[in-house]
Amino acid sequence: MDKENIKRIGQKKEIWQEQADQTSERGEPFITVSGRPVGALYTPLDIDNLDYENDLGFPGRYPYTRGVQTNMYRGRIWTMRQFSGFGDAFDSNRRYRYLLEQGQTGLSVAFDMPTIMGYDSDSERSLGEVGRCGVAIDSLEDMEVLFDQIPLDQVTTSMTINGPAAILWCMYLANAENQGVSLAKVGGTIQNDILKEYIAQKSWIFPPEPSMRLITDIFSFSADHVPRWNTISISGYHIREAGSTAAQELAFTLADGFAYVEAGIKAGLDVDRFAPRLSFFFNAHIDFFEEICKYRAARRIWARRMKEHYGARDERSLKMRFHTQTAGCSLTAQEPENNIVRTAIEALSAVLGGTQSLHTNSMDEVMALPTEKAVKIALRTQQIIAYESGAANTIDPLAGSYYVEALTDQLESEAEAYFQKIDDLGGVLPAIDQGFFQQEIADAAYSYQRAVDQGDLSVIGVNRYNTGEQAEIDLLKIAPEVEEKQVKRLKRLKEKRDGDAVNRSLENLKKSASGSDNLIPKILDSVKVYATEGEIVAALKEVFGEYREKPLF
Amino acid sequence: MTEKMIRVLVAKPGLDGHDRGAKVVARALRDAGFEVIYTGLHQTPEQVVETALQEDVDVVGLSILSGAHMTLVPRIKKMLAENGMDEVLMIVGGIIPADDAAELINSGSAEQVFTPGEPLDNITEYISSKCKSNMQS
Repeated sequence: MDKENIKRIGQKKEIWQEQADQTSERGEPFITVSGRPVGALYTPLDIDNLDYENDLGFPGRYPYTRGVQTNMYRGRIWTMRQFSGFGDAFDSNRRYRYLLEQGQTGLSVAFDMPTIMGYDSDSERSLGEVGRCGVAIDSLEDMEVLFDQIPLDQVTTSMTINGPAAILWCMYLANAENQGVSLAKVGGTIQNDILKEYIAQKSWIFPPEPSMRLITDIFSFSADHVPRWNTISISGYHIREAGSTAAQELAFTLADGFAYVEAGIKAGLDVDRFAPRLSFFFNAHIDFFEEICKYRAARRIWARRMKEHYGARDERSLKMRFHTQTAGCSLTAQEPENNIVRTAIEALSAVLGGTQSLHTNSMDEVMALPTEKAVKIALRTQQIIAYESGAANTIDPLAGSYYVEALTDQLESEAEAYFQKIDDLGGVLPAIDQGFFQQEIADAAYSYQRAVDQGDLSVIGVNRYNTGEQAEIDLLKIAPEVEEKQVKRLKRLKEKRDGDAVNRSLENLKKSASGSDNLIPKILDSVKVYATEGEIVAALKEVFGEYREKPLF
Repeated sequence: MTEKMIRVLVAKPGLDGHDRGAKVVARALRDAGFEVIYTGLHQTPEQVVETALQEDVDVVGLSILSGAHMTLVPRIKKMLAENGMDEVLMIVGGIIPADDAAELINSGSAEQVFTPGEPLDNITEYISSKCKSNMQS
């Protein structure tokens, strides 16, 4: 736009502003869910510096602001991937097959807390937690049951596992081989993002240094043997759920991403050898436009830094591919049916932001794991967006919106300011050690709660239009016998397997852990002789030790 | 006469790492003038009870979002009683279905259960009023 035009628009805006100032507003703050003030009107003046070719470009072209694929959803709709798992492997296998029958296109495994924390079901620490908020997996035997009758050369699987990611991944690979599927054909994702565990999700096992080693071992093994695997899903989801703002989610997640890139390079890997398999995972919160801008900014920041800072040349290293999940923390236990609407709005923002895969929360997830009916509505929500709404017909349809472009720029510069702050603290690990991220998130979570309590932010059915009615919906109950049954199965496994082979494999693993060999082949050896997750973790703890956090609030 | 400060232990028993609620509540309690001790994550029931004893608290608030509440809450309540702390006000927060909350309260394992959406002031006022009436009785 030429200078004359801009000047004229500026003059007219001043006149409009004077008139607007004389009219009354609703009297509540105009802020996003992150507390960001929003202007009444955006015009060409707000995107005066936008350079189409440099800042937006074309889909599938640098800097990928408009999307990572050339034709986006006109080529293929995003993967509909509902995160699911409960009870034992038999229960979850039944749910997976149900979801696939309903048209779901990928699997996503939720593990129970003991599995996530590296304890077997028979551990004292697992009492009351087995199969409760995910599926209990102790050994390769459980993994075989979990994917029974599910062809692993046709379905890709995402596994939300971090501290013990290498072990569960090895179980999955060993099981694929048992099914006759070669590792070259196996596709999927492990979350494997330990940094956000220290920062937000707090499910860690080992201290940072050996954890980072396990991660770079996975990068390297996968590059050689499992080329279709996404070796990490660098996650903002949990950072946001823990209470961060949109800008913090964006900045902390990308900072983690760059930390993994630096760790890979430091481990002697060429950046283009592992960066193409890095993937991301974002939250879709309720503030529609801010979320869309967050995804667009994320792609642009990643591409620019990877090219300019880390010297990546393979264009796949520059493309940020990501999964999105709607915000669990935006759901309410009051009038839970309203959650269907929230989730639909959030899912639409993820689609307009160009996500590669999507999980839509079920309305009852604020109270329990979802029932079959609730999860079906959640999946149907995605299908309605994909095939009825028209949102998938054209690429990045909000590009050029004065508000969207201005906010995309603003989020990018806020993220850059955070990168500078993190650099000043010495990098991501020192910043974790100093409690920087933890305190930032705790502060944001507290401000949010106060804003809701004061009515500055509205939550329908909670602080506005609250009728006090109790929710009346069916909830999924996990039978108490699940734990007992799983412990018995584990006992039987320990009796029938070759105990000497297990012990030998664990000794070998410990030896390698003390040195610098890639640990993945050793872990594979252990899972193949049915060493349990808890045994492998215990062996590694002997060498690596455990992480402890300084509690702060 | 100076009023004795009410001492509250905010605890995260079990394996789940969801500490957003615990930390927000802990800070609200501190801002409201309570003495707050936060255990940090992944505590065993034994560790929770030990801290409660050491810190000589008036209130124990358990935050559980892993679904293990029906096992952990009664266990901690029983261990507190065995250690002479049956007077302690036990409250629970987290993802607790209504049926389970009712059962925890009816069985005497918890005095009150707070779930998502509860305004912070309601929690602080509840504790204040309960502790005052306990001290008077």
